Amino acid sequence: MHVSRLLRAMSVCILVAGTHAAYAADSLTVVSYGGQYTASQRVAHYEPFARKTGIEIKSVDYNGGLAELVAQVRSGSVSWDVVDVEMQDLERGCSDGLFERVDLDKLPSGTDGKPAKEDFLDGALHPCGVGSVVWSNVIAVNDPAFAGRTGPQTIDDFFDVAAFPGKRGLPKRPNALLEWALMADGVEPASVYEVLSTPEGLDRAFRKLDTIKDESVFWETGAQMIQLLVDGEVAMSTAYNGRIQGAISDDGKPLRIVWDRQIWNADYYAVVRGSREKAAAEDFVRFATGTEALAAQARVIAYGPIRRSAEALIDPKIAATLPTASVNFQNALAFNAAWWTDHGDVVNERYAAWLAQ
Amino acid sequence: MRRSVLFPPGWRLLLPLLAFTAAVFIMPIGVILWKSIHDPEVAALLPATTASLESWSDETMLPPSASFDALASDMRNLVEVARIGELALRLNREQPGFRQLVERSAAKIHDEGTPLVETDRRWSDPASWRLIKRASEPYTPRYLLNAVDMRVTPDGTIGRQDEQRQIYLRLFARTILVAAIVTGLCALIGYPFAYALSVSEGMLRSALYFVVMLPFWTSLLVRTTAWIVILQRQGVVNELLVSAGLIADNERFALIYNFFGTVIAMVYVLLPFFILPLQAVMRGIPGQYVRAAESLGGNPARVFRRIYLPMTMPGIVAGGALVFILSLGYYVTPALVGGRTGQLISNQIAFHIQSSLNWGLAAALGTLLLMLVILISMVFSRVVPIGRPQR
Repeated sequence: MHVSRLLRAMSVCILVAGTHAAYAADSLTVVSYGGQYTASQRVAHYEPFARKTGIEIKSVDYNGGLAELVAQVRSGSVSWDVVDVEMQDLERGCSDGLFERVDLDKLPSGTDGKPAKEDFLDGALHPCGVGSVVWSNVIAVNDPAFAGRTGPQTIDDFFDVAAFPGKRGLPKRPNALLEWALMADGVEPASVYEVLSTPEGLDRAFRKLDTIKDESVFWETGAQMIQLLVDGEVAMSTAYNGRIQGAISDDGKPLRIVWDRQIWNADYYAVVRGSREKAAAEDFVRFATGTEALAAQARVIAYGPIRRSAEALIDPKIAATLPTASVNFQNALAFNAAWWTDHGDVVNERYAAWLAQ
Repeated sequence: MRRSVLFPPGWRLLLPLLAFTAAVFIMPIGVILWKSIHDPEVAALLPATTASLESWSDETMLPPSASFDALASDMRNLVEVARIGELALRLNREQPGFRQLVERSAAKIHDEGTPLVETDRRWSDPASWRLIKRASEPYTPRYLLNAVDMRVTPDGTIGRQDEQRQIYLRLFARTILVAAIVTGLCALIGYPFAYALSVSEGMLRSALYFVVMLPFWTSLLVRTTAWIVILQRQGVVNELLVSAGLIADNERFALIYNFFGTVIAMVYVLLPFFILPLQAVMRGIPGQYVRAAESLGGNPARVFRRIYLPMTMPGIVAGGALVFILSLGYYVTPALVGGRTGQLISNQIAFHIQSSLNWGLAAALGTLLLMLVILISMVFSRVVPIGRPQR
C-alpha cells in the first residue's frame, strides 16, 4: 500500500542510522536484482572472489531504482558497498553523486592482452561504474500462437496487427518501446533519438503505438511478462532476452527471440559513495569485470559479456544465444540512457496519460 | 475532590502510546505534507545566485551582471564538491535539456575559465533565468499544481498542464470510482454473509469464520495470482465457457489486466474488512426486536427496512468506511492485475517514489489523497447518522 511505501522510503533515513557497522571488515555487501541473475553472479563473481581474497560477499536483492541508495547516501549511513545498476540509473545516480568515481586506468587488460579501454564495448566504461553484462530489449514470440504459419520476424511485424493478429505484451514504462515504434514507422536506428527529441517525433511514436494499443496487454515486471507469454495470454511481447533464453533453455518453453533491431543495454557494477570498504569494493569491481569472470557468468546466463576478449572463452553454442553474437548484433541500437535521463520526466508522464486514456 | 476531566487519573500511562503515535503516524505524515510544498534544494545549491536574483525586478530583461557572476561562482563551487549533477538533475525536471546545459556550462567555467554567457546562448535568454529564479524559491506550489494537472508557466502564471501530460486528475477520479464500486459490491456480498455468520452456531459458524479469515492467512501476492489463474484468457472461467460451447475459442473474454479484473480482485481481498465489523454489530442485536415487529404485523421486507437495517447501520458504515479508505490507497493488486485501465493513483505515487525520484510530486499526490480521505469521511459522517438513536 502506498502509505507504507512512503513511510518506508522516508523512515529509511532514520532507521539506517541505527544499523551502523553491522558488517565485519572482511565482508562486502553487493546488491543486485536477485533470481537467476544474482545466482549467476554468485557462481561467477562472488564465490571466486571470496576464494581468492577471503572476503565474503553478502548478497542483497533489490528491484532496481535509486530510491534506497538516495536514502542511504543522503543520510550518511551507507550499508551497501557495491550495486549492480542499469545504465539509466548509473547515469542518473552519477549526476546525483551516489557513486564513487572509478579509476579506469587500474582495470586489468583482457586475456588477449588488449588494454581495458579497447577491450570493453563502447559505452561500457563510465566515470561511475564498470559494465559487466550486455542485456537486450527484444521481441519474444510465443510460436504455438502461430501454429502452421510463420510468426513475426521483425519489429515491423510486431506492429503489423493485420498480418500478425494476436495480443501483444507491452511494458508499463515507455523505455525502448518508443524507439521501436519510431523504427517500425521507418526511422533509421541511427536517428531515432534525434527524432524522438522533437515534439513531432514524439507524437509520431505515440501515433504508432496507437495502432497496437487495443491489441495489447500491459505488464509491470519481467516475471509477469514471462508468465503472459508461457500462459498464451499474449502471442508476442517486448521482453528481456535473458529471461526468455532462460525459459527456452532451462524450462523448454516454445518461445523465440526476434533479434531484429534489438535495443541493448548494460548492467554496471558501481561502488556506493561513502562505502566503508571502498578499497575492497573497488577490488571486487575490477575482479568481477575481468575477462574470466565475465565469461564464467555468460556460461550460466544468457547475457553477453561486455569485454570483447571474453567471447573466445565461451562455448560457440552458448555464444550464439547472446545479444553480443555478431549475427544477432547486426542492426542493434544502443539504449541512450542520457536521453532518457534528460527527457524521462516528460515522456513518462505522457506515456502514463496515454495508458490511462 | 474533583479531578480535572482533561487529565484523568493515570494519564501518564498513556505517554508511551502518545509518543508512539506521534513518531509513527503524525510525524511521517507531517513530513509528507511539508515536502509537497517545501523544496529548498536549488536555493541551497545556488546560495549566491538566489540572493542576487532577489533584486532582479524586470523579468523580461536579463538580470544584472552580478547575477551572472554569482551563478558562475556557484557552479564553480559545485564542480569542486562534485555536486553539480544534483543541480543539473533538479533543473532538468523544470525543463528537459537543462541537465546537459548545466553540466557543460559548469565544466567550461571550471576547466577553462570561460565566462558563463559564452558557454551557451541559452544564458542570454531571460526565460532561463526566470526558470532558475522560480526553482530557487524554497516554498513552491509547483508539486501540488502538478498533482492536479496544472503548472506554473515560465512567465509565472498558473495554467493547465499540456493536454498530453494530464494524468493525475483522471487517476484520482478513477481511484474514487473503483473505491466506490468495490465498497458497493462488498456491501452487496458481505451483508448476507455477515448475517449468516451472526446467526449461525457451532460447526457451521466455525466453518464460515474459517472461510472469511482464510484470505488473511495467505499472502496477498498468492491470492492475487490465483485470480490471474482463474480469470485470464486461458484461465478457468474462459476454459469452462469455451468447453461448454457458450463462446468460441477466439472470442474469450478479457477478464483480467483491466478495470474489471482490478475490481474483482479488490472486492475479494477487502471483503473480510466489511464482514467482520458488520457481523459483530449484528450479533449484538437481540432477536426480540425483529420478532416484535413481525408480531405487530410487519411483513419481512418492511421489518428488514424499518428495524433490522437501521440497527445494523453502524456496522455497514464501519465496514464500508474501512473498505473505501483501504481501496483509495490500493497498490499491489492494481499493479499486478490492473493492466492499462486498472491503474490507480497509488501506482503513480509508487512510481515517483521508486523510479523517477520526484519525491516532491509523490508527496503532493499523497497529500491530495489524504485530503480526499478526510473530506470524504467528513461528508460521510454528515450524511450517515452514526451513533445517534434511530427513531
